Amino acid sequence: MTELPKSLADNRRLDRWLHFADARVRVSVGKVEIGQGIATALAQIAADELDVALDRLQWRAGDTELAPDEGSTSSSLSIEVGGASLRLVCAEARALFLAEAARMLNAAPAELAIEDGAILRDGVPTGHDYWTLAARVDLARDATGTATPKLRAAHRIVGTSTPRRDLPEKLAGTGFVHDMVLPGMVQARVLRQPRPDATLGGVDEAAIARHGARLVRSGHFVAILAPTAATLRAAVDAARPRWENCDTPDPAMAEAAWLATQPADIRARGSEAPPPAGRAHQATYSRPYVSHASLGPSCALAHEHDGILEIWSHVQGVYPLRANVAATLRRDPESIIVRHVAGPGCYGHNGADDAALDAAVTATLVPGTPVRILWSRADEFAFSPAGTAMQTTLRAVLDEAGLPVDLTATITSGVHVNRGPGRLLAARTLPGAQPMPPPTEVSDPYPGAGTRNIVPYYDIPAWRYSHHLVAGTPIRTSALRGLGAVVNVFALESFLDELADLSGHDPVAYRLRLLSDPRARRLVERAAAMSGWAGRGPAGTGTGLGLAFARYKNRSGYACVVAKVEADTEIRLRHIWCTADSGLAINPDGVRAQLEGGIIQAASMALKEQLRLDATGTATHSWADYPILRFSEIPPIDIELMDEPDEPSLGMGECTMGPTAAAIANAAAHALGLRLRDMPLTRERILAVA
Amino acid sequence: MTSFTVNGIARTSAAPPATPLLDVLRDEFRLTGTRFGCGEEQCGACLVLIDGIQVQSCGREIGTLAGRVVTTVEGLADHPIIAALIAEQAGQCGYCLSGMAVAAAALLARTPAPTRAEIATALDPQLCRCGAHPRILRAVERASRALNGGEIAA
Repeated sequence: MTELPKSLADNRRLDRWLHFADARVRVSVGKVEIGQGIATALAQIAADELDVALDRLQWRAGDTELAPDEGSTSSSLSIEVGGASLRLVCAEARALFLAEAARMLNAAPAELAIEDGAILRDGVPTGHDYWTLAARVDLARDATGTATPKLRAAHRIVGTSTPRRDLPEKLAGTGFVHDMVLPGMVQARVLRQPRPDATLGGVDEAAIARHGARLVRSGHFVAILAPTAATLRAAVDAARPRWENCDTPDPAMAEAAWLATQPADIRARGSEAPPPAGRAHQATYSRPYVSHASLGPSCALAHEHDGILEIWSHVQGVYPLRANVAATLRRDPESIIVRHVAGPGCYGHNGADDAALDAAVTATLVPGTPVRILWSRADEFAFSPAGTAMQTTLRAVLDEAGLPVDLTATITSGVHVNRGPGRLLAARTLPGAQPMPPPTEVSDPYPGAGTRNIVPYYDIPAWRYSHHLVAGTPIRTSALRGLGAVVNVFALESFLDELADLSGHDPVAYRLRLLSDPRARRLVERAAAMSGWAGRGPAGTGTGLGLAFARYKNRSGYACVVAKVEADTEIRLRHIWCTADSGLAINPDGVRAQLEGGIIQAASMALKEQLRLDATGTATHSWADYPILRFSEIPPIDIELMDEPDEPSLGMGECTMGPTAAAIANAAAHALGLRLRDMPLTRERILAVA
Repeated sequence: MTSFTVNGIARTSAAPPATPLLDVLRDEFRLTGTRFGCGEEQCGACLVLIDGIQVQSCGREIGTLAGRVVTTVEGLADHPIIAALIAEQAGQCGYCLSGMAVAAAALLARTPAPTRAEIATALDPQLCRCGAHPRILRAVERASRALNGGEIAA
């Protein structure tokens, strides 16, 4: 038997995924909607494979009581792995129903078809459907994975730009965990340790009481509870906690360069032979700490009742959160239920998990009372995990034609994947708390985290890299859209332009000399044509065109981005073109939305974003301290989706991040005649290299 | 006690006068379409109309509202901007969209046929983190066409 996709291998029972009742199909999945349109795209897969109308599907996603365990909704895998699993589940269920109908009708399965759930024989209704047969078809069995999904030509819903199923509710004013109210619910906030392992010297309990709020405490975990949001804010402002044992960070620690001064766990991969002698070029690129900066601060509800701790959260993974809460509270995971409810876009591991643990701990301190935790904006910037600062140094040895024959990379980074017990904020305040465990991130080339995309997708005969993983970052970090691929692709694609320049090659022609995958070549050629690359002109005119390409994780979605900028003492985006290959696009408009979103977030990161430190901790407290790209700064974006309908679907949420950052840097270099290698590409950076 | 009109309905709140309108809308009236984004008048997620003028409700005290007319995103259900946002699939997470809809309605009330640059300028105070900007711009243009007699549907 062929290997099942991970989600199905981990959840083989068909009835864990599908239930047929009341002329509806209840579909339960573990991959959750975090703004990426997955609830719609997965529904398209299920409806097509089952031959039912989309509106017959009742969707349930992310629930430790009621839905399968698909881990975390991350790494652009919801379609690649979650979708592949759901497709096999639905194909197998459909085949079981058809086999049962064939038995009852004494027909050959080939005579039968399904139309919106009804069984047809030679095109004529038989009076049987999924629901009349449901009692006779036992789905309490393991999937074999042997049913054959439909061929591309038979798809009717897959491949269409079906509108998002969740948007109308959100525009009608509901749909987020922030909007939930449970009977008797109180609102709560946790007094956050300003620095890791700070201890609480005292708090003004009388002032809290004067505002009609109360305090619950366990070790250095302190939550304030109040009946209304306004009371809670007033009480939190009045609490004046005295924190002791705070370290005092230096603002310079917020720069990527600081990481290179720190002890690191060094892992080497790739060619063990030393680089050959010859003409070489070396350069170092970086990004500082950046915030997920979700538009709404993290929120969660929790309720300890009947021996169950029930949690509602916008977390990426309900089962991982359950395991984490169970380990932290030292209780049986079976006594905890985590249910996903939509939140503001997270773009990775933001404060959702921390808020959920805040709510869980608070709820255990006030059994019977539902609790809602809603972080402040300042706490979201200061305390949700950041995307780590990172520095990538590249050194290439060139042949006579100026093409790279050997590439050495050195990556210095904090941890990109930092999930699991002991890593959430509240865990470090509870009695008996341990310091945060050291990072466990691996350094493999695929899928990689800090090392993601460091192996060139180009034909470079020899490569090696060393990954310097720094444990002691001054800011807690975890997964942010693209992980290390953002910086590694920014570095590699900037570096390729530098190498091309050194030997007098055009950057597009240079890439095409090194790129053998025809799907990749097609994207680069088409993006160059769309953007008028042939008329690019000389460097240093103040207007620049830059191109960059990557295949995310070297195995997932392909994207090529061209940026046109104007640059003097600042960089202004004038146009962006993007070509992308998603394999079979389940929902082409959804793919475009993901591409647009990735481009804009990466452009914002490349041009503007940096978390700052002062001696008290994070000095970024509000949107005023953390500008992001606004409407009038966003140029026209032209996207050509060059999908390959006969190829497997590829995740597209992250593939534009690195190429966009690099395309902007390359365009800026072309405009200015100066190379900027450190994000964000601000006025200060330009003046520093000018 | 403060009495004012919300989405055409007379309402009275007993909340202390310094309470932000946002809290009263969300917690007391259960009108959750007005989102909490920052509480610092910096993101636009909580935008409402007060007597037709756009205001960030997190910074507006309830005590100032006696006799005023407040419109939230729920009160715009029949405004073409809502259908236009859906037609353009102009949301990813959707958290910013209430504020976008209110800002667009305010813009279209004073400038029925704005240029793209005028729309971008009007929406600049409104933050979106998912990168739905190009679609939101198109949605405002679509709503403008609808208000001027065009079709809203995709």
